[in-house]
Amino acid sequence: MIQVFAFYLFAVLMIAAGALTIFARNPVHSVLWLIVAFFNAAGLMVLVGAEFIAMLLVIVYVGAVAVLFLFVVMMLNIDFAELRAGFVSYLPFGVLIALGLLAEILLGLGVWKAGPLQLAQRAAPTPADVPNIKAIGQVLYTDYIFLFEAAGIILLVAMIGAIVLTHRARTGVKAQNIDKQNRRRPQDAVVNVNQPVGQGVEL
Amino acid sequence: MLDTASLILALPELVLTAAGLILLMIAAYAGDTSAKMIGWLGVVALGVAAWALCPAWTQGGDAFGGLYRGDAFGAFAKGLIYLAAAVCILIAPRFFEAGGANGARAIRAEYPILILFACVGMGMMVSAGDMLTLYVGLELNSLAAYVLASFMRQDGRSAEAGLKYFVLGALASGILLYGISLLYGFTGSTSYAGIAAAMADGLSHGETFGLVFVLAGLAFKISAVPFHMWTPDVYEGAPTPVTAFFASAPKVAAMGLTVRVAMEAMGSAASSWQQIVVFVALASILFGAVAAIGQTNIKRLLAYSSINNVGFALIGLAAGTAEGVAAVMSYLAIYVVMTIGSFLCVLQMRDSQGNPVEDIASLAGLSQSRKGLAAAFAIFMFSLAGIPPLMGFWAKFLVFDAAVAAGMTGLAAFGIAMSVVGAFYYLKIIKTVYFDEPAAEYAPAGSRMESALIAVSAALIVLGYLFNPLLDTMSAAAAAALH
Repeated sequence: MIQVFAFYLFAVLMIAAGALTIFARNPVHSVLWLIVAFFNAAGLMVLVGAEFIAMLLVIVYVGAVAVLFLFVVMMLNIDFAELRAGFVSYLPFGVLIALGLLAEILLGLGVWKAGPLQLAQRAAPTPADVPNIKAIGQVLYTDYIFLFEAAGIILLVAMIGAIVLTHRARTGVKAQNIDKQNRRRPQDAVVNVNQPVGQGVEL
Repeated sequence: MLDTASLILALPELVLTAAGLILLMIAAYAGDTSAKMIGWLGVVALGVAAWALCPAWTQGGDAFGGLYRGDAFGAFAKGLIYLAAAVCILIAPRFFEAGGANGARAIRAEYPILILFACVGMGMMVSAGDMLTLYVGLELNSLAAYVLASFMRQDGRSAEAGLKYFVLGALASGILLYGISLLYGFTGSTSYAGIAAAMADGLSHGETFGLVFVLAGLAFKISAVPFHMWTPDVYEGAPTPVTAFFASAPKVAAMGLTVRVAMEAMGSAASSWQQIVVFVALASILFGAVAAIGQTNIKRLLAYSSINNVGFALIGLAAGTAEGVAAVMSYLAIYVVMTIGSFLCVLQMRDSQGNPVEDIASLAGLSQSRKGLAAAFAIFMFSLAGIPPLMGFWAKFLVFDAAVAAGMTGLAAFGIAMSVVGAFYYLKIIKTVYFDEPAAEYAPAGSRMESALIAVSAALIVLGYLFNPLLDTMSAAAAAALH
């Protein structure tokens, strides 16, 4: 019972947040509503037993992507009057895209009614009694550990490559040398001068 | 799965990776002044890795749950790869010190390290037992190669070579990956054994598409026609030691990979890929022979020569038999020595200021000023052309023999006819060296190591028949390891 309640709660909130993402006048509010939608999607993923995807949604989408959006939106200087200016001239094109999307949704519904895809020859069937985080860990860090490590080496080579191809030692920069600064004594740096009146300072 | 047996079989890769990481730390702290020492240490690491091939050579077996296969075939190819890589590390410092096109600049410490990591990738390629290992190994090798191609970043041609190689290599990876995903989708497995089992009950349309795309991607990596267009530009633009590397080690790795994929993963669909391989082989031989004729740059000419040679090696694969595979392996061994030798000679081409020159015309009359170098040029060119007393003839003989034994007399006849066409431009170089009016003299040799390496390769090409029993036994063992 509680699952059904939770499902409708998450689902309704998600749709509402999605709608508000589109309708909010302030783009910052839009992004915030998008984050709410992501959270609710994560809740739905937990309900269907895909806790790994739920965590990914929170960590990657909420933690990184949405915050990035937020920064971008805050940095943009959006002029709403200008945004709405070409509405009529772009309308036919917009309707065309909307029709295309509608057709895709109808097609998707039809396919869904026809039953799920039969993946007869799955190499890796979904394990029944293992939580899927453990299953992914098993595949990634045990079965394919060799390739996982090799992929790490690829990234290292990419990093070496980027440095080799772009790094240059710049001349004329004034880098801080803390050791040298600490070794400096007052007598090296400060001079007592008896400055006569009416004459310039000589350094 | 991580177990001791797997780790022992993959020991060469582990040794090279560890060596690469340690040398990287040395490079980070000691700077570019330590580049020469790092190069020598890299050569030592390659030697240790070659020694670590022993378990794979003697017993062999699957490692990491079938992802990796350590066997005699992989060990043979890796031996060649390590040898070529070691030579390319050793010859580099002098070239980079001369400054290449502009400005004196010593070799940078990352050069040997990138070559070591490329060797790790190539080792994974030839030992792959799974499409995923194949792809990861290929990318590791390619990524290091892109950087090496544009290693002289101040030089416009080198940067251009790196960029071209990168863009076209990424395209090839995409094609290959598409083929792999099709094969996975239609066979339900990424392992060679699984794909072979699924293909055994007839080839579905999806599997055919996958096979074609995988072979197209691999043809790109071995620079076989019609996927060769990057080769001349990259070979011309890249620094000469890097070009020598490209023409030898990755070629062996990609050929080994192609042979293993064709024989192991697609062995049950041999009749389907044989027609592709036959076409690619014929086209490469024809194009490599004809397009090289008009070249004036020696590195471009050698690039076309490598396309031509890949075609000949593919004839052995087209035969589809164990003898054919053995012939391919022998061909590669001899080809590596010939190619490294030719590029060592190209490295000797320096004008009186010590700047590298690449014009074939500048070779004119070399026989009068540098008799030894002229003789070496003659030996390598005669060998590449396949003139009988030299080893290049034996390599071609083996692949034609395998093709005839498999009933592909027409293919062999075409290959022989085309090798006559190819002989034209090799002989043209010899004619320039021996019979043309002398051009400006080259700088004296200056490096004992390079002269010694040239002498050793030339001796191997001339006296290689002494080692023929050994070479035959080893290639036969390598071919027998494929099943």
